[in-house]
Amino acid sequence: MRNLHISTSVNGDQTEFVCAPDETLLDVLRNRLGLTGAKEGCGTGDCGACSVTLNGRLVCSCLVLGVEAEGAEIGTVEGLAMGDHLHPLQRNFIDHAALQCGICTPGILVAAKALLEKNPNPTDEEIRYWLAGNLCRCTGYDKIIKAVQIAAAEMRGA
Amino acid sequence: MALDSKMNRVFKVVGTRPPRPDGVEKVTGRAMYGADATAPGMLVGRILRSPHAHAIIKSIDVSAAEALKGVKAVVTAADFGVPDDLSIRDVQDNCMAQGKALYHGHAVAAVAANTAAIASQALKLIKVRYEVLPHVTDVDEAMRPGAPIVQEGRALENVAAGFSENVTSQCEFGHGDLEVGFAKADKVIERSFTTAATHQGYIEPHACLASMSPDGKGDLWCCTQGQFQVRTLCAEIMGMDASQLRVTASEIGGGFGGKTTVFIEPVALALSRKSGRPVKIVMTRDEVFKATGPTVSSSMDVKIGMTNDGRITAAQAQLRYQGGAFPCGTVEMGAQSAFACYNLDAVHTVGWNVLTNRPKEAAYRAPGAPMAIYAVESVVDELCQELGLDPLNVRLKNASTKGTKSSYGPTFDDIGLRATLEAAKAHPHCSAPLGPNQGRGLSCGFWFNFGGNTCVSLNINTDGTVGITEGNPDIGGSRAAISQMAAEELGVPYDKVRTIIADTNSLGYNDVTDGSRVTFSVGLATIEAARNAIKVMCGRVAKIWGIDEDAVIWEDGCAKPSGANAGDFTPMSIEEIAAISSNTGGPIAGHFEVNADGAGVSFGVHLADVEVDPETGATKILRYTVFQDAGKAVHPDYVEGQMQGGAVQGIGWALNEEYIYGKDGLLQNAGFLDYRVPVASDLPNIETVILEIPNPGHPYGVRGVGETPIVPPLATLSNAVARAIGIRLFELPMSPPKLLKAIRQKG
Repeated sequence: MRNLHISTSVNGDQTEFVCAPDETLLDVLRNRLGLTGAKEGCGTGDCGACSVTLNGRLVCSCLVLGVEAEGAEIGTVEGLAMGDHLHPLQRNFIDHAALQCGICTPGILVAAKALLEKNPNPTDEEIRYWLAGNLCRCTGYDKIIKAVQIAAAEMRGA
Repeated sequence: MALDSKMNRVFKVVGTRPPRPDGVEKVTGRAMYGADATAPGMLVGRILRSPHAHAIIKSIDVSAAEALKGVKAVVTAADFGVPDDLSIRDVQDNCMAQGKALYHGHAVAAVAANTAAIASQALKLIKVRYEVLPHVTDVDEAMRPGAPIVQEGRALENVAAGFSENVTSQCEFGHGDLEVGFAKADKVIERSFTTAATHQGYIEPHACLASMSPDGKGDLWCCTQGQFQVRTLCAEIMGMDASQLRVTASEIGGGFGGKTTVFIEPVALALSRKSGRPVKIVMTRDEVFKATGPTVSSSMDVKIGMTNDGRITAAQAQLRYQGGAFPCGTVEMGAQSAFACYNLDAVHTVGWNVLTNRPKEAAYRAPGAPMAIYAVESVVDELCQELGLDPLNVRLKNASTKGTKSSYGPTFDDIGLRATLEAAKAHPHCSAPLGPNQGRGLSCGFWFNFGGNTCVSLNINTDGTVGITEGNPDIGGSRAAISQMAAEELGVPYDKVRTIIADTNSLGYNDVTDGSRVTFSVGLATIEAARNAIKVMCGRVAKIWGIDEDAVIWEDGCAKPSGANAGDFTPMSIEEIAAISSNTGGPIAGHFEVNADGAGVSFGVHLADVEVDPETGATKILRYTVFQDAGKAVHPDYVEGQMQGGAVQGIGWALNEEYIYGKDGLLQNAGFLDYRVPVASDLPNIETVILEIPNPGHPYGVRGVGETPIVPPLATLSNAVARAIGIRLFELPMSPPKLLKAIRQKG
């Protein structure tokens, strides 16, 4: 199989890469673009550790082909902070201990940001159902839900 | 240090909730985990695994794979030696099958190639001839004479006669006269239980990057709970001196005990040695389920006698644990912990470890304890129901306390079980109203807590800030806790301290991050290292002032004269002392090495309200509260996090998680879709109540907190379900189909 040339945008930067037709977007991000923030926890779309946005839509990048990024806008955890200014979700995850090992954190942050863009004032239950595709084995989710709520309140106030 | 000074100490940093030092890296995606490292010229390693549960490997033909363009090395068991140490041989044989494939997914060969695609293609070209053997995956079947023998000659002499050779070891604990005890009881209940094997379920699959150079030196990057343990195992397996293999622990994406050994690391090293190139191996989730970690599955009998007023008169348990295809010692911990919560005159436990054609069991959070305590706490609860007694009062009546001779031998020192039970009793959760099909469950939990070999190096930088080098991977915020304890002892702000995790060539040996030992042991060593640094600093200042070293004390980050008699000197700050250190004797450091003792046992109590849907058999958790003694909570956020995370792993174990084997001995649910761990929408908030009963064995009273919380949920939920619908299950998980069947049978 011949590699294909793809032009895309990652976190607002114009980006080009070549990849095999069967290569996942996750592998492209991690192995070709050096963006290892998205993690592979399962490779089957069950854990959400590879969550990114594709044209604003939350996806598991392990279930998207690299070639599907042609002409698209990709958002990853590396694009959350503005320079050295952390996104309110990132800051509140640290301040409220919403991570332990941290491996699920990039995916959860990307997913939570996508939620708050759609629904700036979610209930706990809405957060829990939205994040049901992102497995966390360390925290029991409690502090994650609280950190998302605090960040959401802060973002509504800002 | 006297106990009183601990009790009265007013902490400034310990007990606060500062941001963790590795937080920014972990929320920005910059933290480097196992799979995130690369090396120049790196190859991709892949492993071929047995499609059979039990089979003799007649031959392996790797010629076609080796001939494939882009393949740089192929290894099989023939590429490894035979380690002298039997336990290391087991580890090696688990990494690469020697002669026989012992379980579905057992590694039989591996390749390193230029790309993942070529490596996968090469695996298909390896021709393995198997002679399939009868298999056994169930613990009770495996124990019976005539069962297929997983490995011959592994049974220890202490195993009683009449069992299959699969029963590798036996243990017994207890004291008192059971016959007399049961005769005193007004009610005796005896029940049999089973629990399924569950996986630690860390979200990060095992990953490593190995680089062997032609001069025999090696570097290994891997996600592990213990880089020193990895070095020990890999150096033995590879026939290397420990000094020549440097192991660096990556950030670790969860472990829960499952990353305390090696699976792919020796394979990657062997492939690297053979190919002369760095080799990276990353497991798929399918491989993680098939070939790493799970905990034991169990079959257990528990018999308990109780008087009409709720005093336990005698207690007995038989525990049968299968730990997969290699001998393990997990049942010992189950047999010791089963009745640890109770002050008993007559108690006896027997345990058997059993071989089956399943993956080699790995430690999982309080290994061996959750299932044993589930069985015990279920029978205690049933006795309470039968005798019309309040389950909390019965626990209080029988609870272990200071001076109790424990069921496994030692006499308890200061422990927090009674205080924890009292806190539960006083909590509003305990008296909240319940609706139809709802029930409230309760269980105690226990874990021993470990100490162990620990090494800390603490450097006072020339600007007076502090660098700490420790050797235990930070799995849930321990860098923060260690930095806090150093800041506390030195009297400096938290943000002046930075703690790093050293590789194996930068620090002395440290035991793995396990047994809830890190905040206790590394904390203790950090405090002692700080005291040693303080001693050096006081000595330097004494020289400057021309007074006795004893006349200089350390307070709030400054050296001061001990009193008016010592002289009138302006206190010197740590910054001032550090700045002139080159004129007073050179760099200032403190270090401490210890095999830490006195970890202090840990107890917890969980309360849960559930509602069972009689139409579907699904159990919804309405409310969940965890009460636990933390000794001293250094960073309460992360103590709560341990309590919540452990509880949720236990909830998964109780309600859904299980290894499912078919009659063919193959694992049927090796993925997160079919092995269902709890997701956010399954759960309520997990409320936490931290008790602080100081541990006499730690300068600040700290106890480990990580493991105990996985223990109580199993019985808590089983007891809650029993009280919600009047049906008690004697097996886990209580998955909806099982519960629905029981509901329909009851009619």
